[in-house]
Amino acid sequence: MATEILMPALSPTMEEGTLAKWLVKEGDSVSAGDIMAEIETDKATMEFEAVDDGIVGRILVAEGTEAVKVNTPIAVIVEEGESANDIAAPAAPVSAPESDETTPAPEVAANARPAQPAVDRSPDYPEGTELVSTTVRDALRDAIAEEMRADDTVFIMGEEVAEYQGAYKITQGILEEFGARRVIDTPITEHGFAGLGVGASWGGLKPIVEFMTWNFAMQAIDHIINSAAKTLYMSGGQMGSPIVFRGPNGAAARVAAQHSQDYAAWYASVPGLKVVQPFSAADAKGLLKTAIRDPNPVVFLENEILYGRAFDVPKLDDFTIPFGKARVWREGSDVTLVSWGIGMSHALEAADELARNGISAEVIDLRTLRPLDMATVIESVKKTNRCVTVEEAWPVASMSDHIGSEIMREAFDYLDAPVLKCAGKDVPMPYAANLERLALTSVKEVIDAVRAVTYR
Amino acid sequence: MAARRASRNLVAPKKELLKYYRDMLLIRRFEEKAGQLYGMGLIGGFCHLYIGQEAVVVGLESVAMEGDKRITTYRDHGHMLACGMDANGVMAELTGRIGGYSKGKGGSMHMFSKERDFYGGHGIVGANVPLGAGLAFSDMYKGNKNVTFTYFGDGAANQGQVYETYNMAELWKLPVIFVIENNQYAMGTSVRRATKSSSFWERGTAFSIPGEQVDGMDVLAVRAAGQKAVKHCRAGKGPYILEIMTYRYRGHSMSDPAKYRTRDEVQKIREERDAIEQVRGRLLDAGATEAELKAIDKEIKDIVNASAEFAKESPEPDPSELWTDITVDA
Repeated sequence: MATEILMPALSPTMEEGTLAKWLVKEGDSVSAGDIMAEIETDKATMEFEAVDDGIVGRILVAEGTEAVKVNTPIAVIVEEGESANDIAAPAAPVSAPESDETTPAPEVAANARPAQPAVDRSPDYPEGTELVSTTVRDALRDAIAEEMRADDTVFIMGEEVAEYQGAYKITQGILEEFGARRVIDTPITEHGFAGLGVGASWGGLKPIVEFMTWNFAMQAIDHIINSAAKTLYMSGGQMGSPIVFRGPNGAAARVAAQHSQDYAAWYASVPGLKVVQPFSAADAKGLLKTAIRDPNPVVFLENEILYGRAFDVPKLDDFTIPFGKARVWREGSDVTLVSWGIGMSHALEAADELARNGISAEVIDLRTLRPLDMATVIESVKKTNRCVTVEEAWPVASMSDHIGSEIMREAFDYLDAPVLKCAGKDVPMPYAANLERLALTSVKEVIDAVRAVTYR
Repeated sequence: MAARRASRNLVAPKKELLKYYRDMLLIRRFEEKAGQLYGMGLIGGFCHLYIGQEAVVVGLESVAMEGDKRITTYRDHGHMLACGMDANGVMAELTGRIGGYSKGKGGSMHMFSKERDFYGGHGIVGANVPLGAGLAFSDMYKGNKNVTFTYFGDGAANQGQVYETYNMAELWKLPVIFVIENNQYAMGTSVRRATKSSSFWERGTAFSIPGEQVDGMDVLAVRAAGQKAVKHCRAGKGPYILEIMTYRYRGHSMSDPAKYRTRDEVQKIREERDAIEQVRGRLLDAGATEAELKAIDKEIKDIVNASAEFAKESPEPDPSELWTDITVDA
């Protein structure tokens, strides 16, 4: 059957091109793969190959013709014994279907984000539960051990997690209890073992990948984002990555620029990830257990300074905290302080000090940054009409910026002052003790910000 | 022009040869059709064709067993067809339609099939190598005999994470076969312009990983090497490297001006070493008739045409699909 050869699109953006040269003439036999013509696009001269066997019946566009639109018939290929005249006059150019032709016009709100969940103020554990003072370090260890006991597919890998017992002693005793099959010391190979962990999660396991610090995970960020976060979507829902990436994040003490970055906003910006940044030991435990069970990739941002701090942890056989549920640490009426991670220690201390001066601050710990419980924040701001955010990360394109914009969108008419942020300074972390103190936010900065928004 | 280079000491029964012929032809005709649809604007973005390299995946699939896994880079259509994924689903993904393997949300470089143990389809050069080792880790952890075929190109073979992975794979004796499809050009950069190493498989020796170089234009040579590699892996001896010497006839992607190699170089390999022609020659020697082969050609043409029709008819994803599959509920 005679077939028309159409002017091809040779790049994602090509709309027209020049038919520079014909390498065949009418009557020539061609086989699939033979070069038929040279076509000039905006970028290059490209060879154009025959896709079927046949005979060049007719050439419809002469060489040297410029601005030949994509999909214009340029030649006719016929089979043995056929004439080019068997084909009707060139048809109108075929064009790729417009979306409107194949699907009904999308509704106006088709790309609007789905509705956000409502406020959930239910307690994390039943009233009267026995509480045990526990460090964040031990709470994390307990969470890992409990989940490894409950599920044989859970394993942990990373630098110094096994024999050394964890660079920060988070995995103390874990090797002894679970053995080398499930507690795996890796070479210093962040890029490689992060990728290996994601592959293992596709193979039906639930890896916990420990980074000695999140700073080193920058070598592995391609696997966290391109391999773990995007695969569920790219596979049309077939394949998720049930994996936890965890380790200390943000500034410790005097470890300078390359070991002191807070990655909250980086990871919180990525659809497909869940991002947790706990403050208390109870949250560290309950949220890590939830993270290990979650079928999605979870970025779990801990803090070295908090590791040794003790908090009350409920004594329960299986204590978990759902993602996307903020905790109100103290109720107040004059201003809402929104924080997470180590920022909470500044916020709580500032709230105590402010209370002594007659200013009542409501303090909200977001606990997870994705999903983000904005409902609790908005409800609070509607009551206090003022908001200050507290975090240690850099101030530009920060979580605070995002929260401020959400408040503006959802509660603009309720605001009596701009939303202010207390964040790290816009500098690499200095080593000198005095400069490091200046680079981080502080209780004083939080108090000053509250005074500014309350005009007191 | 048949079978000039085929090694005569490698033999296979006619029935097997017919399967290789059919499977390789399906890939070639499918890719030709994809190129055509791209030219018509029905396929967008990047589209990397596998034409010329068919013997690599078909040869290795012939040694795979149920439960074995495979993962590759972005030149992935051939791998999907060879492991039994449906041509309609692959073509519809190329056209970005709901009938595609990823509901139109992945495209040429991002397709997966849990059912066929095909783990993508990855657009980041080299990233699939540790991912493949991780799949192999999961099999070792579960204590089964499965292996993972981890395919990558000569270009990816210069990525650092490949060597991080070699190190861990041998250290932990992971059942992974690293398949370097050396088609001699990383996009437009020839191997000799990218490295002073004379071979890629030999780099494994630094990590104590055995390997070999294989004629990738001869499906029986690929099969023979594959048999050795899977035997090594299934015996718990750790990874194995196959550097398979192959050649792509088409450009790196559809928008490749092909200025880095001569037309004669391409033509010479097509005429003298073509994988499909070699099997065709062997089949005729083994007593197959032209009519038999023509019947296969016709069957393949029908499958490919049907896939193109399906890929044109399948609707675009519903707008609501924008917000699905981002996370899965706990």
